[in-house]
Amino acid sequence: MRILTSLLCGGLFGAGLVVSGMTDTARVQGFLDLFGAWDPTLMFVMGGAIVPMFFAWRVAANREAAILGGPLPAPPSTTIDTRLALGGVLFGMGWGLSGFCPGPAFASLSFGGTGGLIFMVAMLASMFAARPIIGVFFRNA
Amino acid sequence: MEISWIHGLIGGLMIGAAAAIYLLVNGRIMGASGIAGSLMDGTAGSAFWERAAFVGGVIGVPALASLFMDMPATNVTSNIPLLIVAGVLVGLGTRLGSGCTSGHGVCGMSRLSVRSIVATCIYIGAGVLVIIAARSMGVL
Repeated sequence: MRILTSLLCGGLFGAGLVVSGMTDTARVQGFLDLFGAWDPTLMFVMGGAIVPMFFAWRVAANREAAILGGPLPAPPSTTIDTRLALGGVLFGMGWGLSGFCPGPAFASLSFGGTGGLIFMVAMLASMFAARPIIGVFFRNA
Repeated sequence: MEISWIHGLIGGLMIGAAAAIYLLVNGRIMGASGIAGSLMDGTAGSAFWERAAFVGGVIGVPALASLFMDMPATNVTSNIPLLIVAGVLVGLGTRLGSGCTSGHGVCGMSRLSVRSIVATCIYIGAGVLVIIAARSMGVL
């Protein structure tokens, strides 16, 4: 059952990414191009996504467990360290250069051509190798 | 571009609804990089199939739709070295910073997590700067 609901959530997420235009790398880069032909779409996407989630967190706060059982996420970490900042900088650079973040890269895999596929292979390989690399520089990896 | 913000808002509400269902029904945070990363580095544990199914949905529904309708252009660059560098940066950066636009941006900011708000400001700032730099150097 958890696998089925997970599949449905993934499908709705993927459909939302396509409908919102976030699989278009030019649109994402247009949002980041503050001093060029700025495209505000991503702001509406994020705003639209945050609204249902804001209420979902309030509902979650009054529940003991998830609907299918099992724990709800723990309170968020409050750690703001170099690891978080460096990760944000590297991710932001790759996001800006390609116009892809992980969700839209997956969603456009079937129609994104070889460019999307190359990005995806590089991203997954990097995720595969990330833990040992991070472990060299950060002890709590 | 004229009515794109409406599509953005509708798509955004769909993304938010997916995240809300994933949270309340499965008890999980919908972060694309966390889900993909944990599948790649073996940290998904007992949630492996649940997360694999999520990725299957993200890929599968647009793939199904593309059989029946014209999909929007992705406008991906044909610069292969650039795509590889960007992919490596996104993979490493999201593992290092524990999240991306869906995890920190949608799920974290909506719960008013200061850590996620800081992370989101940093990656948007880095994206803005890299676009300025790349444009001035003629890379983009």
